[in-house]
Amino acid sequence: MMGSGALKTRSIRLFLGFLVVLLAILVTGAADQFSVHAQTGDAFAETTTYGPAPKLTAADYPSFAGVNARIAVWIFAQLHLWFAAFVLSVPIFVFIIEAIGMRTRDKRFDDMAYEFIKISITAYSLTAILGGLLLFSLIIFYPHLFTYLSTIFSGSMFYYALLFFAESAVLYLYYYGWHWLQGGLRKWVHLTLGLLLNAVGTTLMFLANSWLTFMMSPAGVNAAGVFSGDEWAAIHNFLWNPINIHRFVANIAYGGSIVGAYAAFKFLTATSAREKAHYDWMGYNANFIAICALLPLPFAGYYLAAEIYAYSQQMGITLMGGIFAWLFIIQAVLIGTLFLSANYYLWCGMGRSEGAKRYTKYIKYIAVVLVAAFLVWFTPHTLVLTNAELKSLGGPHHSILGPLGIMPAKNTAVNVMIIFTFLSFLYYRRSNKIATVSWAQTGNILQVALFTAGIANILFLGIYHGYYTNTVYKVAASIPQVVTTFMVITGSLLIESFIYRGSRDVGPLKWGHIPERAQYALFLLAVAFTWLMGLMGYIRSGIRQHWHVVDIMRDASPDAFTPTLGYAANVVSIAAIIFLAMVIFVFWIAQIGSTRTLPAGYWKE
Amino acid sequence: MRTFLSVVVFTLMTIGFFAGYSNYGIPQIEPAPPQTDEEIDLSSMNMEQFVALGERIFSGKGTCTLCHNNLGRAPMLDAIGTNTQARLDDPRYAGGATDAESYLIESLLEPSAYVVAGFGKAGTSDTESPMPSTEGGSIALSEPEMTAVVAYLQDNGGLEITVEIPTDVGSGEAAEATEPGEPRPAFDTFEDLSDEFACEACHTITEEAGDVGPNLAGIGAARDRDYLRRALLDPNAEIAEGFEEGLMPDDLGKQLYATELEIMVDFLSQLK
Repeated sequence: MMGSGALKTRSIRLFLGFLVVLLAILVTGAADQFSVHAQTGDAFAETTTYGPAPKLTAADYPSFAGVNARIAVWIFAQLHLWFAAFVLSVPIFVFIIEAIGMRTRDKRFDDMAYEFIKISITAYSLTAILGGLLLFSLIIFYPHLFTYLSTIFSGSMFYYALLFFAESAVLYLYYYGWHWLQGGLRKWVHLTLGLLLNAVGTTLMFLANSWLTFMMSPAGVNAAGVFSGDEWAAIHNFLWNPINIHRFVANIAYGGSIVGAYAAFKFLTATSAREKAHYDWMGYNANFIAICALLPLPFAGYYLAAEIYAYSQQMGITLMGGIFAWLFIIQAVLIGTLFLSANYYLWCGMGRSEGAKRYTKYIKYIAVVLVAAFLVWFTPHTLVLTNAELKSLGGPHHSILGPLGIMPAKNTAVNVMIIFTFLSFLYYRRSNKIATVSWAQTGNILQVALFTAGIANILFLGIYHGYYTNTVYKVAASIPQVVTTFMVITGSLLIESFIYRGSRDVGPLKWGHIPERAQYALFLLAVAFTWLMGLMGYIRSGIRQHWHVVDIMRDASPDAFTPTLGYAANVVSIAAIIFLAMVIFVFWIAQIGSTRTLPAGYWKE
Repeated sequence: MRTFLSVVVFTLMTIGFFAGYSNYGIPQIEPAPPQTDEEIDLSSMNMEQFVALGERIFSGKGTCTLCHNNLGRAPMLDAIGTNTQARLDDPRYAGGATDAESYLIESLLEPSAYVVAGFGKAGTSDTESPMPSTEGGSIALSEPEMTAVVAYLQDNGGLEITVEIPTDVGSGEAAEATEPGEPRPAFDTFEDLSDEFACEACHTITEEAGDVGPNLAGIGAARDRDYLRRALLDPNAEIAEGFEEGLMPDDLGKQLYATELEIMVDFLSQLK
């Protein structure tokens, strides 16, 4: 006879299968839509003549009330993107958490998922408002660019607007129907709504991504910018999918970090032990999701950079070896901050279990490795020096540290950082468990061997291919490094799951037993993510240099120069402060929504 | 409220640290403004100057050295003289050139006509070159500019220079013909001279630029006027440590008017 657990597992599998089919239909349907549209576009092209991209002069850029057009568009676009990232990511992990709640029948997960979606609900309208501001500022300040883009993307822009209705409808049903659609089939319907919400939201993001990637790697147009009439070709441009993947993964990490910051604040202001325990648990889960998405993020970023290089060597060199090279040193500081704060939070969290004492002695070694890897990533390649400094150093590269400035060293460093962050997570996971299988010791040895072999392979690939082969192999070596890292993680998790099958707990986890300073690690994570996204947004846009659409439509505005990194950092900082202030407003709104005031004597009895 | 303020202060301090580091922790590089089309006075040029122009375009506007360097991104072009015939005879050759000159021009216009083994775009089995056509896009060389590059490549590759200095420069934006034999007007600012002779293709002067030659950002503090004058007139007389001999054109002195030489010396000597 089939047990209820097995039945439950089977029904979940069936449901997941159904969801996959549904998603496939949706995606295929969307693709059909595009191809139908493309055919329509082709037919249209037979009767419609598209002009070349306009050649602009400074007079073609209206000025308005002394507003700096570039800064205005920059800040609106960045604010819109931050909120969009937040509202796209929250439903992803709300869906995951709701599914976990259904699987485990632990209502805490369902409550947490509801709280997440509740705090993001106001963010939806702010996302739309900021999108409107971005649109209007583009029309006002860059009318020719907007006209050119909207001529090519008229179809997708129309569907984009329509999809907002679908997004809103599903969101309202999902949020307001949360307590109505509980139990049995109703809960499955609700979960399906969550999936639909994600499908619509992700489609919206993909459409918007196509417009910006067209500006980087134009397709569907000839050298003069004359549109062929095939909108799908313009959408499916060279960098579209690399950006789609990178943003999808980054959004999850980002959403996790913002919700983690919310939980951290609620933890710090909690007045009861129960409340503290709840928000500690919420913060842990949010951070866990953020780290899960953070680990593959460098690979997604590397894939994007490799594709940029593949599309245009010039653009790739501008990105990594030209004027933006120093930006990656700032990025190293931020990534280092992210990894160190995420690890620090995990280490502090080990205090929730008495059994953690067995592993705390290893933390200092992990910390040393993380800092060393961070320093390698942080090492610049070419130093900008005065003549005297140049002479005393004997060249623009430091004789000993210079070799650490090249990409193979940095790839090695980031892979090592990821593996050791995973190790922190393993220790955390083990801290409250005692293995009961007889071969636990052997399993441990196997894991140590896997880690050792993996790290040795990463170091070998980095050193041998990085320093003893030519440029082509230097870049190519990064792929087996990534594969090694994934093998270490998946292999180790597999062994771990068998070792701790049927394990005993050391004791109940003491949620809420975590130092307050750990909550600041969560704030640091959220702020660093926000700022990093802004910085990388600058470089993504900046590598177009003085082109609105690369090689097709030149930027002739007075702002057609690449600002210094300091200038960009200041704009990003101002935007980040505005964004975080708005996020605080969103959280506050969510809080007062559940606060009731009973005014004595105000209403008629 | 105290917690709220603590979090706000912590957040602002974090952002302040990131912004501060970006402003003061790393060098502030102000990228050069978008390149404007260079005015070329071909009428007064001899072939040596034309080749020098080609070299400037090769390492400057043409952005060729981004990839054609010793990092292995693209084939080196110094052996083009011995390689050309072999490439034209190669069954993989898909172009229509018949000699070195037409092959080089074709390579600038249609880089995929022949892709050197190992340098094609990934997954194309060396049938597609990653090099963009230099005719359009962000490079957009004019016909005289391309001819100058070919002259330089022929000279650099040990070939006989077969191209001629164009007399009819057409209506290209980059070309402005003057009457034959008419001397070029003298430049009266260092910036114009630097643009004309592409100093920043190799040197960092007022902003981060090339690192092929020594960084001149503080050269006025280290060297006197006599040294600077000599370095301009005879660049190979003394080579800065760590740099190769022969990279700086040794005929620079012949191309400069006396007033221009002094403008350059004045400018460099005040870089302290």
